[in-house]
Amino acid sequence: MDLLTELTILVLAAFVGFEVISKVPNTLHTPLMSATNAIHGIVLLGGLYLIGPVEGFLNELLLVIAIAFGTINVVGGFLVTDRMLEMFKRRDD
Amino acid sequence: MYTASFLQDTDFIRSLYIVAFILFIVGLHLLNHPRTARRGNRVAAVGMGVAVIATLLIESVGDYGLIALGVVIGTAVGIPAARSVKMTAMPQMVALFNGVGGGAVALISWVEYRESLATGGNPELDALIPILFAAIIGSVSFWGSNIAFGKLQEILPGRPIQLPGQQFINIGLLAVCVGCAVAIASGTESEGLFILILVAAALLGNMFVLPIGGADMPVVISLLNAFTGLSAAAAGLALDNVALIVAGMLVGASGSILTMLMAEAMNRSILNIFKGGFGGGGAALSAGADGEERPVRSTDPADVAIQLTYARKVVVAPGYGLAVAQAQHTVRELADALEKRGVEVRYAIHPVAGRMPGHMNVLLAEADVPYDHLKEMDEINPEFPQTDVALVIGANDVTNPAARDVADSPIYGMPILDVDKAAAVIVLKRSMNTGFAGIDNPLFYADNTSLLFGDAKESVQKVLKAVEEL
Repeated sequence: MDLLTELTILVLAAFVGFEVISKVPNTLHTPLMSATNAIHGIVLLGGLYLIGPVEGFLNELLLVIAIAFGTINVVGGFLVTDRMLEMFKRRDD
Repeated sequence: MYTASFLQDTDFIRSLYIVAFILFIVGLHLLNHPRTARRGNRVAAVGMGVAVIATLLIESVGDYGLIALGVVIGTAVGIPAARSVKMTAMPQMVALFNGVGGGAVALISWVEYRESLATGGNPELDALIPILFAAIIGSVSFWGSNIAFGKLQEILPGRPIQLPGQQFINIGLLAVCVGCAVAIASGTESEGLFILILVAAALLGNMFVLPIGGADMPVVISLLNAFTGLSAAAAGLALDNVALIVAGMLVGASGSILTMLMAEAMNRSILNIFKGGFGGGGAALSAGADGEERPVRSTDPADVAIQLTYARKVVVAPGYGLAVAQAQHTVRELADALEKRGVEVRYAIHPVAGRMPGHMNVLLAEADVPYDHLKEMDEINPEFPQTDVALVIGANDVTNPAARDVADSPIYGMPILDVDKAAAVIVLKRSMNTGFAGIDNPLFYADNTSLLFGDAKESVQKVLKAVEEL
């Protein structure tokens, strides 16, 4: 994909991010921060993508660490957000 | 094998990525409302699953053993951490998860650079510039988040730590990062320079968070969250991966908005926060205008119980002290006991109560406080003049009338909860120490204020017992 197409996607994603998020009430800021935090764990994909083609012990070691980090970010992030949100219920629920 | 080639088709994988980011956006949208928020988080998690599966289908992806190793390690660390963390420790957990994300970005960009040097030199500029950007920001985010974690976990002192010439050191480190990046981008092929970038950015991450005081830490975590998102988007540009670009940018945008909202709530410009914490200004002020000790009125649990029970309306203003003392459950029990006696109890939530926006809501929700009893600052402030008793528990700076009335106070202009406008104010405090920001609070000396000293949880328990005995 050429750079300009990618930049177009980037800019549009930024606006979607602003729009969808600026409506979140204060009450949900901490869970929101935690959920978006989990989403950037998507960088895990970079590690998955590169580890096959690369050669050499150091490269592979660094990528295994990166994949582990990314997994912590994703798994931990979504779980912890779920734990927080589990508590948001009315008394009559 | 027709199926395999169909699954590995680039268009098919890209379509899965589209599904993934639709799920992210829908998930974030559902996170707007307390009732749908949990579903939103799960929808986003499914999106992540789709994105991971799609990536594993790519033909060139291999070394599944190593992938499994990384994922198993990450899961083994991530699940217990997320399961066992206390709700009060949530901010540092978010900082830590954010940090490892930034670390992953930095490592990935380093490997990308190594790989392209090994296979024929510097990559094209449209990949190289994002790689350099991702390396710098990822490294800053990793180290900065670790320092934020250390401060909140109280491994490091929460007070601002400042070196002489701090700003020059930071500018110098930034110059090293940018200088090396420009050198590489203009044709120098050197892994040494790349490592120097990572190291300088690591130092910058440390230096940038160390001088910031605990009270500003939520803003910092939020900013670092945005940074990690941006660096993930940059990594996506370098790898030509749409899922990374979109998801990273969504987080970059959300983190920036949150950061601005938080800084606004504290009436702090982002620039001022990063010049260092409240520091010396507050200390000078707390010596007081006349330098003399001013009298405060202290009270006892039985008296507080009577005041609360005979009130029509009580507003609880909780702060971080409540969280530290783990008093949220006891406070809810007290509120239940009062409501049984016909007292209306509401909670006034300052946007930055606790250590992150919404942190207090989470803590109170954990204690089964119905969320429609939680009132945001703008909603509750007009109600204070009709409130009989304002019960301030472990909150200080967010109730400080100096922010409203004293023009030379370091926190002047910060929106506060107008608890001092209630008929009576009862402040539960551990001691006469100043708050996180180190600024004296005239509220404590006001005529309608009485103080109940002691651990927040013990004090509330005593009051609860006294209410039940009435």
